[in-house]
Amino acid sequence: MTRLLAAVAAAALVAPAALADEIRVLNWQGYGTDADWAVAAFTAATGHTVVHDYFTSEQEMLTRLRTNPGAYDVVLINSAFTPQAAAEGLIRPIDPALVPNLANVDPALFANEDLNPGGVLMGVPWTWGLTSFAVNTNDFPEPPDSLAVFWDPAWKGRVSIRDDALEAVQFAALALGQDINAIDDLDAVRAKLAALMPQIATFWSSENDWNQNMASGLFAVATYWSGSAARSISEGLPIAFVVPEEGAIGWLDGLSVPASSTRVEAAHAFIDWMIDPEFYIRWDAEGAPATSNTLAAAALPETSFNRAVLGDPEVVARVQFMRPVDDATREAYLLLWQELKAAQ
Amino acid sequence: MADRGERAATGRALAMLAPAYLWLLFAVFLPLAAMAWFSLLSDLPLRGREWHLTLANYRAFLDSPAYPALLWKSLRIAAVVTLLCLVAGFPCALVLARVIRGRSREALLLLVILPFWSNALVRVFSWTILLRPGGVLDAALSAVLPGEVRLGLAFTETAVVIGLVHSYVPYVILTAYLALQAIDQSLIEAARALGAGRLRILRRILLPLALPGLIAGAVLVFVPVAGSFMEPRLLGGRMGTTFGTVIEDQFVAVFNWPLGAALSFILLAVVLGILAAASPALRRSLG
Repeated sequence: MTRLLAAVAAAALVAPAALADEIRVLNWQGYGTDADWAVAAFTAATGHTVVHDYFTSEQEMLTRLRTNPGAYDVVLINSAFTPQAAAEGLIRPIDPALVPNLANVDPALFANEDLNPGGVLMGVPWTWGLTSFAVNTNDFPEPPDSLAVFWDPAWKGRVSIRDDALEAVQFAALALGQDINAIDDLDAVRAKLAALMPQIATFWSSENDWNQNMASGLFAVATYWSGSAARSISEGLPIAFVVPEEGAIGWLDGLSVPASSTRVEAAHAFIDWMIDPEFYIRWDAEGAPATSNTLAAAALPETSFNRAVLGDPEVVARVQFMRPVDDATREAYLLLWQELKAAQ
Repeated sequence: MADRGERAATGRALAMLAPAYLWLLFAVFLPLAAMAWFSLLSDLPLRGREWHLTLANYRAFLDSPAYPALLWKSLRIAAVVTLLCLVAGFPCALVLARVIRGRSREALLLLVILPFWSNALVRVFSWTILLRPGGVLDAALSAVLPGEVRLGLAFTETAVVIGLVHSYVPYVILTAYLALQAIDQSLIEAARALGAGRLRILRRILLPLALPGLIAGAVLVFVPVAGSFMEPRLLGGRMGTTFGTVIEDQFVAVFNWPLGAALSFILLAVVLGILAAASPALRRSLG
């Protein structure tokens, strides 16, 4: 009898251990996947434990995947880098059957070109954000719905954009209705930015800088990032974030499984948990970027920025997601931008 | 015997000079040499990057009209700032050195040096608060004068000049003060005994004898201002693009160190050229 009990106890101890894996996640530090409560909940639900490793740049992330085969099971890759990682054979196709929550992911994000290189889903859309603009609600009781407001003479001297060549060029391309990832008429962009220059009060350089200039009333309308806007609004700044009819510049982060992963099922289970509404609702309360899961966005409190401003699939449909920019293009944009600034 | 003594003296001198020269070697010469090397490369020699020696970075300066235009703008601002620093600094130094005596002089000197103790960024930020539309200056003037006063100084080249003069005028005050203080009081008494008026003493004795100090101050101001980037960026707004901010962008924003290094050396060469061209005149006035 005692022997039987001991055997049962031993089996009970061994059984979950045989099924439980330790998965290793590669991500930016402090970016959702490594929240203590999230990892604890995942371990409690599945038995799998989670260990984190961090990178400090996209290039470092790629280098780690190349030089440490088998070391990682889940990796965060910005969509602009997913095609490169897939082409190098660093990541494997996602098995949708193992990620039930994929059914609720926004269709536009699910079909994102960069996450589906060659028509195969290589990264699960996880989080996204925008570069668009915000207005001071004291000046705009009713927020504008077009980028044309930047060129409106009524706001001369109270307009601002960030002093960044890529952002400025893509912003002008957006206003002109061009594809930000394949700008075919750079001269039109130059002319559009030249017309914008006299409107500008000053360039903004940081979130803090932006907040001060908005609070002092210097800015009435200025380009801004969605995550920063959410923070500024929660701090009580009277602003409204606008995603205009022309669209906005977006970034998208996906979760992928390295080709060399040996714990593929556990890795998929973790990714599924990462796009689970239950996980996201708690993360949103701590300040998260927008979610890819429409159910999760809809389940947020009505006052949440990620539901009220970004939760509408209509908004996602208007976004142009940033694709990789090669060095030559980057330098051409910088030169254009410097020539415009030098002409002031 | 004497020979050995001489050699020992040389050895002692070497031993005493060695730390300074080693420091110069490591802190000035090596970084500059590294930058000169970078300026000749086609790309940073990092792992996985192709690079070769090239003069393209220097040619880029001439390829775009923006770079020469910005260099001219930076030199123009530097000249204006230097002139204003001299005009504002010399009278201040004169009063400190020749009029005020005792403890109050120490206190005033301390006030001149005080800005050096605060972070440069803090000083410039305080100017943005003063100058911005509806800021402290506008509000104060509006309170005194009838109607709403809008100076419109913020984010103009004038704002940049104001900020730079404020940051650099202590250099002129200190160098001019040292020169003025060294003037023998008996010279002035003699001039007075011979019937020279105040203006004549200023023109014929004080100014010529303080000239070395003023020139040293002018060089100390002109050279860093020509390459300044923080003040123009913060105070100039969209007018604040200078040669210095363009160099900063190359290093910080686009990671193009070779071009940034080449632009820096062009600035260095132009500033040295200006100083060399001015040196005969300077030597005459100093001699």
